[in-house]
Amino acid sequence: MTAGQANNWIILELPGLATNVGVARVAVAAFAAQLEFTLNDLEDIKLAVSEAVSNAVLHAYPPGEPGTVRIRAALVDGELELTVEDRGRGIDDVDRARQTGFSTLPDRMGMGFVFMEAFMDLVEVASRPGEGTTVRMRKRVGSEPRAEVPDQVQWDFAGAGPGPAHPRPDDSD
Amino acid sequence: MVVARIAGELDCYTAPTLREVLDRELDASGAASLVLNLRDASFIDSSGLGAILGRYRRLAPGGGRVAVCEAQPSVRRVLELAGIPRIIPLYPSEEQALEAQKAVGT
Repeated sequence: MTAGQANNWIILELPGLATNVGVARVAVAAFAAQLEFTLNDLEDIKLAVSEAVSNAVLHAYPPGEPGTVRIRAALVDGELELTVEDRGRGIDDVDRARQTGFSTLPDRMGMGFVFMEAFMDLVEVASRPGEGTTVRMRKRVGSEPRAEVPDQVQWDFAGAGPGPAHPRPDDSD
Repeated sequence: MVVARIAGELDCYTAPTLREVLDRELDASGAASLVLNLRDASFIDSSGLGAILGRYRRLAPGGGRVAVCEAQPSVRRVLELAGIPRIIPLYPSEEQALEAQKAVGT
């Protein structure tokens, strides 16, 4: 086996329905359990899958017209490699979407990418408006969540929301 | 005071229902204070956190409070890593959460 070659993998294709988010995270965690991940690691993976698939479900496709979400999990050199891909509307400004507290939907808190980054070792986002979004993540066995999440998130509840003062016109809840 | 015992997984599939039920109970009771018992909640992500924080946002301006109790270690870990305890206290037991809520007069 050469370095970087996947020695086991699964691909899941699901309609982007909210009810499938739980299916996706449980399936990926069951697959990842082949490596010597701790229970905390597997919880981290479930959370990251949940956030990435939720983004695809909630943002990629028009309401009521769920397109396909494709999830690939691979075990490569003792790491979990995870890809969550949609063919939806894409993200206009990826850098902005990754900032703490940015969300275009009420009650979403803009925590999705922050959680993925905190709980996985690597997060890459590629998106083209009108073509879709691909989130690629990696998790090593035994890596701990980064402790900076609490420092990043300044819960400012003077009625506004978490994080820096990004305008969140849709976030009225 | 509204006490809600929540079972199952809190994600973008279940969060809208949770939000709706909690708001209905808060509306009906006029309560300023909410205790969420998460003993039987097995998973939470940012959508679940959003539903909880949204209730805090609703109650806080009127001096109300939200407390969480009996969260399982995996759920507690997410709450802590997200910095939630800075605004929503976590208690090991429902009894302690209720005592604390009464003590501050909500």
